[in-house]
Amino acid sequence: MPHPKKRMSKSRRDKRRTHYKATASTLGTCPNCKEMKLTHRACPSCGYYSGRSVLVPKS
Amino acid sequence: MRHGVKGRKLGRTASHRLATLKSLATSVFKYKRIKTTVAKAKEARHLVDKLITKAKRNDVHSRRLVAQYINDKDVVKELFDEVVAKIGERQGGYTRVIKTGQRLGDAAEMAILELVDYNDVVNEKATENKEKREAKAQAKKEAEEANVVEESAQESAKAEK
Repeated sequence: MPHPKKRMSKSRRDKRRTHYKATASTLGTCPNCKEMKLTHRACPSCGYYSGRSVLVPKS
Repeated sequence: MRHGVKGRKLGRTASHRLATLKSLATSVFKYKRIKTTVAKAKEARHLVDKLITKAKRNDVHSRRLVAQYINDKDVVKELFDEVVAKIGERQGGYTRVIKTGQRLGDAAEMAILELVDYNDVVNEKATENKEKREAKAQAKKEAEEANVVEESAQESAKAEK
C-alpha cells in the first residue's frame, strides 16, 4: 500500500489550512423590529415571522 | 443508492420512527402548536395532513383508520368534532412549519409545527402571557420605586441628625 514518504512540515500543513475559512452567514433585517436576523426564520428578538407574532422571545 | 426514496429516517428504526410520528401527531392535535426539530416537524406534517384529510370523511371507518395513528382517544374525538369543523373547506395545507433557530446544547435547527386555523387560539395565549409578563414587570418597578422612596427617607432622616 502507498504511504507518505516524508512527514509534512508544520509550514506546509498550515499553508494548506489557510484556505479553510469560515463564511459569514447571510442576514436580513426583521421587518417588524429592524434587528438583524437569519432569513426564513422567526425573529429571535421580537418573535415575528411573516407579519405576525409566532413566538414569545426569551427576554 | 437511495435515489428518490422519500421520507427521513430520523436516526430511528422503523418501529421507533412510527412511534415518534404518532406521538408528534397526537401532540399537534392536542396542543395545536408544538415545538420540535425541523426534520421531525417536516416529517410529522405529512402524517398530520393525511389524518385530517381522512377525518373529513367523518364516518366510523375513517375514525378507526385515524385512531390507529393517534395515541389518545379523546384527541381522536376532538379531531373529528372540533378540528375538522374548524378547518372546513380548506383543501390540504392544514399545517405550518416555522423555523425558529438553533437549540442550545446540540444546535439542532428548531421549528414550530402548528395547525393553520388555530392562529387565534395561539395568539390569545400569547397575549395572555404578555399581560402576565407586563404585570410582573409593573410589580417589579413599583417595588423598586418603593425601595427608592425608603432609601431617600432614610437619607433625609440621617441629614436631619
